[in-house]
Parts: sequence; structure tokens; C-alpha cells
Amino acid sequence: MGQENLAPTQITNIMKRPFSPNRRFIERIGFAGLTATALVTTLPIVGTIVYILIQGAPAISLEFLTSFPRDGMRAGGILPAIIGTLYLALGVSIFAVPLGIAAAIYLAEYASDTPLTRTIRIAIINLAGIPSVVYGLFGLGLFVLFLNFGTSILAASLTLSIMTLPVIISTAEEALRTVPQSFRTVSASLGATRWQTIRRIVLKEALPGILTGVILGLERAVGETAPILFTGAAFFLPRLPNSPFDATMALPYHLFVISTQVPNMPVQIQYGVALTLLAFVLTMNLVATVIRSRARAKRQW
Amino acid sequence: MHKIIIESLSLQYSDGTESLRDVSLGIHQNAVTVLFGPAGGGKSTLLRCLNRLNDLAEVKASSGRILIDGENILDPKVDVIALRRKVGMVFARPVPLPMSIRDNVTYGLELAGEKRRATLDEAVERSLTLAAIWDEVKDRLDTLAVALSGGQQQRVCLARVLALQPEIILLDEPTSGLDPISTGKVEAALQELKKEYTVVLVPHSVQQAGRTADHAAFFLQGELIEYGEGKSLFTAPKQKKTEDYVTGRFG
Repeated sequence: MGQENLAPTQITNIMKRPFSPNRRFIERIGFAGLTATALVTTLPIVGTIVYILIQGAPAISLEFLTSFPRDGMRAGGILPAIIGTLYLALGVSIFAVPLGIAAAIYLAEYASDTPLTRTIRIAIINLAGIPSVVYGLFGLGLFVLFLNFGTSILAASLTLSIMTLPVIISTAEEALRTVPQSFRTVSASLGATRWQTIRRIVLKEALPGILTGVILGLERAVGETAPILFTGAAFFLPRLPNSPFDATMALPYHLFVISTQVPNMPVQIQYGVALTLLAFVLTMNLVATVIRSRARAKRQW
Repeated sequence: MHKIIIESLSLQYSDGTESLRDVSLGIHQNAVTVLFGPAGGGKSTLLRCLNRLNDLAEVKASSGRILIDGENILDPKVDVIALRRKVGMVFARPVPLPMSIRDNVTYGLELAGEKRRATLDEAVERSLTLAAIWDEVKDRLDTLAVALSGGQQQRVCLARVLALQPEIILLDEPTSGLDPISTGKVEAALQELKKEYTVVLVPHSVQQAGRTADHAAFFLQGELIEYGEGKSLFTAPKQKKTEDYVTGRFG
């Protein structure tokens, strides 16, 4: 408004006026403040990792990773907890991954915007917000007691799967939606059925994104304690589980047990377990990041 | 002879954009029929009715009939997949599928269940040659199709359609993103193609319409204003609106 009334010479005058040193100073302070804030957010993460690395590294040895606990878990290794965690991750992969990807395909490719699909979406969002201990209780009621699976790897994996589903579904759906619509139109115009297009084009292009979601979901499942607390985690087992109906030790629950339930526990072992768990999760994270960045470099659209 | 007969076709999209109002015309076999007019006139919509690609869009209401070889393709019982193999389409922007040149060309055939290597190879050479791109890509059929230039991509897209040996080819502003030389190549290819196929083209300019049309239909805001022989329509239009548009008074 005001500017329109300025004569051309006045406008050039404003442009010529030097950028005031005062404003430049304020800009610099603001910029420094934002940088500092960003750095501060990384501090807790870096701090935690470094601290656990320093405290836990001395405990790590081949024996620690490959032998059973001894002396009431105050010595020896954590093999059963590592194997148990792997079993649980495997269980979640078997149940949650196909189901989650199928649901994502339905939502992204087939479902139109109806009250039914809106309900499904709301359910998934809410599923993601439920506290993990509630899942644990639900799993106890449904899988352990009602379906009579007992405290077992099966019941724990199923409980973790339900908890993991929303992560997998929403990331996979997002990955499917980023595949350009024009691919679908072109494919249809060449005589492809919807499923042919999904299988040959859409899934192939969305795969890295879907894998990332799967890994992030598994990562969450591997680190959780509460859902397996009532459904499958054992305090101590002198042997490895040999069927899905056996209970199992698992890293997060083992860490909880040796930190709170065992008197005179050497601190070193606690940090050793924490470091192992952290290594598990961070490795999965790293794999997800590598897949994502490789796919992004290769992507043609 | 009319390959396609459109009878009082009306259509409205749910979002209120482009529509068609009571359009009737007959499209000749082995000729280039041009649908032209200002944007939003319903040309692309009509094109997308001919291979039922509008099934993918949100259509509010449609009525009328489209007869291809005497069969009403708007009938819900029609096999849409078979129809789309018979009626190929090239889009405004070249969209190479994320695969090699060869796989782009054989994509439609493989969907149809063709597995014989020799047949596929033969189709690749034949259709790339027809689309006037064989010489440029024959030594790098296994490179990704997106690595080609825009003009080359568009001709690969044309070849991809030709590989299915359709009877009708629809082209929706196929040269809108291309340089004059590539445009010339595509237009020359069309003149070859019409010997075997029925070609329906939405041109990207009146000049292109004039250059390529055997028959031309002028669309304005969803209505067919004038339809006739290309030469007479561009030199002596009968309707005032057509004349104004062709001579550049609006549009």
C-alpha cells in the first residue's frame, strides 16, 4: 500500500541504504541461537550412547555373548536373552510384516474414501498411541489366557506384532503413495490390471520405503519390555527355548531384571546388556538408513 | 469408414472441471482425426473415454454411447483390459516406466502373458522402428528409459503402445514438451502410422492441428462446435467460433 505511493527514486534510495549493522547483529544472534538449540537436541543421544559404550564395553566378550548366565545371573553371558530377542523379532516379521504390508496396499491402492476406510485409518492412528503396557495386558488376556498359548514366544510375538502394525502400515502406505500416479495411469493404459500394476511397478518402487518401515517397526518391537512382560518373557531359563510355545528370555526384560530384581549385581554386566541391546537397535537403524539413501540415489523420478 | 462412432456423449467430473455435452461424431479408420480447441474444452476427456481411462477418475455422471467396431465400449460388461490393448494411448508428458527401454516396450505384451523371447524381441525391433527411434536406441536397449532425452522418451512411449498392435492410437498432446525436431519426427511417424491404424490426436497447437489433420473436430467448453475434413475446416470454417479460433482471435 505505502510502497505503491513511493516515487521510483525513493525506491532506489531504500535499496541503496546500507543494511544496518544492528540488524545484521540481531540476525547473527538469532542464527547462533538456533544452531545451539539444534546441537543441544543431539546431546542426550550422543551422551547416552557414549556413556553406555564406555561403561558397557569392558563387559563385552565372546564369552559374554555366547554363554549362559551363571551365579544367579551375576556372571556368565547373555546368550539366551540374545537368542530370545532374535526369536521375537522373527515372530514379529512373520505376523506383522505380511499383514501390515497387505493393509497398506489396501489403504493406498484399493480403498476409496469411505466411512469404512476412515474408521480403519482412525483405528490405526489410535493403535499407535496406546501405551505398550496396555498391549501387554491385552496380549495376556487374549493370547496367553483365552487362546491358551501360555506365556510363550508365540503369545509375545503376536502381542508385539499388534503393537508394531501401525508403524509398518503407516510407513508402507506412505511409501506406496509416493510412487507417482502417472505410473499407474500408464500401466493401466497398457492393459494392466490393478494388481499387475501394483506387483510390477508400485511395490518394486516402494520397496525401499516399505523395508525402512518394517525395520523401524521391528526395532520398536525388539526394544520393548512391557508387552512381553506378561506374555512371554522369562526371568531366567537354564536352556534355550525349543518351541514357539516356550517362554524365552529377552534383552530388554533381562536388563530390567538384573537392574532391579537381583541384589549385588555387578554394574558392568547391566551396562553390557544395555550396550548389546543398543547395538541391536542402532544396527537396524543403520541398515534402514543405508537402504533409504541407496534407493534415493537410484530413484528415477 | 467409421472406426469409432460417438453418440450423444455427455460426462461430468465430480470436481466440476472439464465436461462433455452431447458430443456426437464418427472417427474414420486409417486417418488422423484431430480434436482441438482451447484448454478445458473436453478433448482429453473424450480421448480418455475411448479407452475407458476415465474409469480411474472421479466421474459424476455420464451418458451416451461409444461404438468401436459396432460394440458399445461404455457398457459395464466390456472387458476393459482387452479394450485398452486395442486402443493405445500416448500421454502429454512422456512417462517411461522405471525399467529398461526393452522392458518398457515389452511391458504390455508381458502383461498379456507373452513369454516367448523371440516374439518379444521381434516386437521390440518392429515397434521401435515404427516409432522412428530404433536406430537411436538399438545399441542400448538395456539402459533405463529415463536416461533418454524427452523426445526419445516420447517415441519409446509410442513404441510401447505400438508393441501391443492396437487398432486405435490416442495421442494427448504428445509433443507438448518436445523440441521442433523431435516434434517433426513424431508427426512424421503419425503419417506412417495412419496407414495401419486409426489415429486420434489432441494437438498442442492449432498449427500442429492444421499440419496433421485428415479430419478435425473443434471443441469449445465441452461442446463439439464443428467437425469436418481437415483442409476445409482450417481454410473455410463454417462456424464463426471456429474461424475466430483458427485465425487466432481467441484461445
